[in-house]
Amino acid sequence: MTDAERPQGREGLDAESPERHEYDVIVIGAGGAGLRAAIEAREQGLRTAVICKSLFGKAHTVMAEGGIAASMGNANAKDSWQVHFRDTLRGGKFLNNPRMAELHAKEAPQRVWELETYGALFDRTKDGRISQRNFGGHEYPRLAHVGDRTGLELIRTLQQKIVSLQQQDRRETGDYESRLRVFAELTVTDILKDASGAVSGAVGYWRETGRFVHFSAPAIVLATGGIGKSFKVTSNSWEYTGDGHALALRAGAALINMEFIQFHPTGMVWPPSVKGILVTESVRGDGGVLRNSDGKRFMFDYVPDVFRGQYADSEEEADRWYEDPENNKRPPELLPRDEVARAINSEVKEGRGSPHGGVFLDVSTRLPAEEIIRRLPSMHHQFKELADVDITAEPMEVGPTCHYVMGGVEVDADTAATAVPGLYAAGEVAGGMHGSNRLGGNSLSDLLVFGRRAGLGAAEYVAGLGGSRPSTSEADVLAALETALAPYREADENPYALHSEMQQKMNDLVGIIRREGEVREALEVLDELDERAKNVGVQGGRAFNPGWHLALDLRNMLAVCRCVAMAALERTESRGGHTREDFPGMDPKWRGVNLVCTLEGDGGIALRHQPVPEIRQDLLELFERTELAKYLTEGELARRDGPGAAQQSDDGSGA
Amino acid sequence: MSNAPFSGGVHAPGRARIAARTLREDRWWLQPFLTFVCFSAWLLYGLVRASLQKDYFVADYGYLTPFYSPCLSTSCEPGSAHFGTPFGEWPALIPFAALTLPFLLLFRLTCYYYRKAYYRSFWMSPPACAVPEAHRDYSGETRFPLIMQNLHRYFFYAAVLISLINTYDVLHAFRGKDGGFGLGLGTLILLANVVLLWCYTLGCHSCRNIVGGRLNHFSKHPLRYKAWGLVGRLNARHMTFAWVTLGSLVVTDAYIALVSAGTISDLRIIN
Amino acid sequence: MSYDARFKVWRGDADGGGLQDYTVEVNEGEVVLDIIHRLQATQAPDLAVRWNCKAGKCGSCSAEVNGRPRLLCMTRMSTFEESQTITVTPLRTFPVQRDLVTDVSFNYQKAREVQAFTPPEDLQPGDYRMQQVDVQRSQEFRKCIECFLCQDVCHVVRDHEDNKQAFAGPRFLMRVAELDMHPLDTADRRPAAREQHGLGYCNITKCCTEVCPEHIKITDNALIPLKERVVDRHYDPVVWLGSKIRRRKD
Repeated sequence: MTDAERPQGREGLDAESPERHEYDVIVIGAGGAGLRAAIEAREQGLRTAVICKSLFGKAHTVMAEGGIAASMGNANAKDSWQVHFRDTLRGGKFLNNPRMAELHAKEAPQRVWELETYGALFDRTKDGRISQRNFGGHEYPRLAHVGDRTGLELIRTLQQKIVSLQQQDRRETGDYESRLRVFAELTVTDILKDASGAVSGAVGYWRETGRFVHFSAPAIVLATGGIGKSFKVTSNSWEYTGDGHALALRAGAALINMEFIQFHPTGMVWPPSVKGILVTESVRGDGGVLRNSDGKRFMFDYVPDVFRGQYADSEEEADRWYEDPENNKRPPELLPRDEVARAINSEVKEGRGSPHGGVFLDVSTRLPAEEIIRRLPSMHHQFKELADVDITAEPMEVGPTCHYVMGGVEVDADTAATAVPGLYAAGEVAGGMHGSNRLGGNSLSDLLVFGRRAGLGAAEYVAGLGGSRPSTSEADVLAALETALAPYREADENPYALHSEMQQKMNDLVGIIRREGEVREALEVLDELDERAKNVGVQGGRAFNPGWHLALDLRNMLAVCRCVAMAALERTESRGGHTREDFPGMDPKWRGVNLVCTLEGDGGIALRHQPVPEIRQDLLELFERTELAKYLTEGELARRDGPGAAQQSDDGSGA
Repeated sequence: MSNAPFSGGVHAPGRARIAARTLREDRWWLQPFLTFVCFSAWLLYGLVRASLQKDYFVADYGYLTPFYSPCLSTSCEPGSAHFGTPFGEWPALIPFAALTLPFLLLFRLTCYYYRKAYYRSFWMSPPACAVPEAHRDYSGETRFPLIMQNLHRYFFYAAVLISLINTYDVLHAFRGKDGGFGLGLGTLILLANVVLLWCYTLGCHSCRNIVGGRLNHFSKHPLRYKAWGLVGRLNARHMTFAWVTLGSLVVTDAYIALVSAGTISDLRIIN
Repeated sequence: MSYDARFKVWRGDADGGGLQDYTVEVNEGEVVLDIIHRLQATQAPDLAVRWNCKAGKCGSCSAEVNGRPRLLCMTRMSTFEESQTITVTPLRTFPVQRDLVTDVSFNYQKAREVQAFTPPEDLQPGDYRMQQVDVQRSQEFRKCIECFLCQDVCHVVRDHEDNKQAFAGPRFLMRVAELDMHPLDTADRRPAAREQHGLGYCNITKCCTEVCPEHIKITDNALIPLKERVVDRHYDPVVWLGSKIRRRKD
């Protein structure tokens, strides 16, 4: 490309026409959900494009370690989709979309087995089947895994399946990309619609050159992942800027459950280069203890009354548990994630934290060095390579880290369709499946189950359109380009500084523990940041300009943060990934409420209440009444016990 | 380093224009240089010793240096021809072990470790990682003569036979002056040398493939899987054994030469 | 704890560029990628660098530090002297796009040329049975994070642009080995390894293994065994004889 052709800032936009492509389906995001959706759409015969912000095969899915939850029953034959469903609802504190949880539990095994036909190599059982491991919240060993790099296996397998489909297309048409093309390092900035409000395409830019691309397509699948980069301390990568959430909002779809964000209690806090990276829960399971700067095992002070009977009262008893779990109570370090995260948070706030703002997680004084290396090889390696810390000799510094957003785009469970005709969403960007809290292992299976369903849903929608496809007006395309170029203005607000400030405020004010006053303050800060964002100016050309990229990501993050803060303020209870210090208990009245976030005509964001879809009678009957009584209101319980109790509603059969 | 044109390799069109052909600042040249010196010295020693045709046998204790094994002609010192004398008078300067030495040399020449070592140090292809190589064209092992590297396993088979001969030679070294059982420092050196030679030979990458590596279903061949595992452990130290055996061969040969020439006398432990 | 380090960072694009000097703050425990990010935030907002996870798991931030192919996120500043000038350049085997970002599409082309996993046709999903010992060799190769440092360091393509056509590079020869060792793959991949992927170009000088951040034994466990499997098929008389005899017995 010569200098004359290379886009330089905003000048010359009139002369510059965007590159144009036409597809049946566009999948935005190339993680597990996006690739699975693309595979499905292509196998249904659609011309499909996959768009990813980074290189093909680098999506955040690679970071998943534990495994894929699927009730195959290889390790324990008693496992079934019903048990998996039950575990999922308990984990989500009954706020889950029950139909999604049902489909997920039913279809996960097929999705895992399918991966083997694509070439995945899971760890095996003695009889040659897929090995399954135990994980928090799962009643039976259920997670298909490959050591501690299951996410990498998943992404690579799907990537290679895409390649195999492309090879097939090449044999048939002579062109690898005739039916399925991956657009790597391309960022979508806006979704386009026709006059009737149906999806007609999207606009984006090549990160490499800054050149604009206009896609025409009647169906779009969002699979962009989460929003972790809105927080200072996160286990998420730079891509997690809530693009899909914001694209959906702007296109007219709704976000639900945005107040629910999972903070993992133990992320690395030092050195800065690795702040937020996960420290696996098994460190504590294998004997690691949490201490404050006074050297005290502070978790004993944080056992809530409801757990009093299950957790040890003294260090001696807690220590005995590792050897003899039958006759001793568990150490309080193994309380649920939200409890531990809260405790660490308050120790730090009260000035008993470690030098770098965490607490100490010590396994070095608890186990011999060889034993630590044998049981926790990847943690040993991680700290050695990244932090130069030898966990066999010194304690780790850990603190809560933003890990996953349960909230997302509201979708139809069966088709993954959003409220906007032609717009679909799957994976972390979709909401509802996990309710208020996600179980470990349920995200990878979520990607596969609903990725496939989104591809299928989009294919059916496109088939239903027949020959008439929504069209885009050129004015809309040009307007989208103008918006994308807006940061090339004479202004001096630094996008990096703005981003850093937003992350800090979100972390401090809408983080793991929320208070009314602080969340209100956060909303004021967001107002101010919104104003300042209008004055963000970027330097340089458009070719691979990270300053420009960040400036565009900022508006997405700001919109998403507002939804999070508004919902966090509204929900006056504590449940799963939402903890209100001023409302510490779970309130059955809130159990039935989803908070829905939408964009208003004037660009403002609105929040409304919406009932959680009812749990079908036959699914309710999977639970003991005493358990349901903890979650449901009297009215709901009465309906369960009522005259229609035996009658099955809906289709009952699932997929 | 050759003066390849600015347009080649890391200076090919499209790549980042950086004048320096390597930006490495460490002493990357040290290792190939040492390898070059050591290999050259060893080859020189071997060539001289093998063609001397003397000081290779200690008749009293049955010590035969591996550089002369097997000795198969009537020119061999009495008692040193452990496998008879099918050949008559042997011409001067031709090593007595001319039948086996080429195979041993070729075994090492085509060995995957030695290939790496001499491609780097002798041929500078490349001399070190991310340091440009010294040649404009490169076809690797796709053409004659380097395609012959694929014959490594023939030489491996030969090396196994020769290692058996060397082992047999060691049995002969358990001998005292009176012809009965005996043990000296020379015996131990010969024994250590032959053990190390086996470690090197069996740790060969070809051997690893033959015993089990070529299988796709280890579970159906438990014995071969076990063998593959054992060979794999030796194979992981193949470089170490490659160097150690070079040293042990020289030590063994030099010791026998010195004893044979009467410069030193063997340290006897038993008889 | 913190000090000012001297950096030379290559800035430019395909049309030209050069090493630019920066003096930048370094704090305890940081890695080179942190310093690059600090440069972006404070001195060079448009400095292009590719990165994702910052935890050594995605393989995006490949570049060369003091002439050595490295992941920027896995190169700790504490490995350098405070007085040392640190030179960061893009990968030098692939075309540069801008600053530290290179066009690695070569690798994606090569990935496409490797015939996909080919399971037995009549094997249904859920019926796959494989033993752990049979999958663990291929599992080692599947640890690959596709950072392409091995492709970058391999002199076959690094020093010889014209070999790019004929040579798949260590990463994709390893992929061929992975599939050839897969207990349920039905394709014979040896002819393609030799003829299409250019296995013979590899002269096993092991730089791929040296730079692998996942510590995969690429040369010893993938490339050499693959070479030996090619020998099995094309050069070895004993194996050939053995298979003849066994066939007769069956």
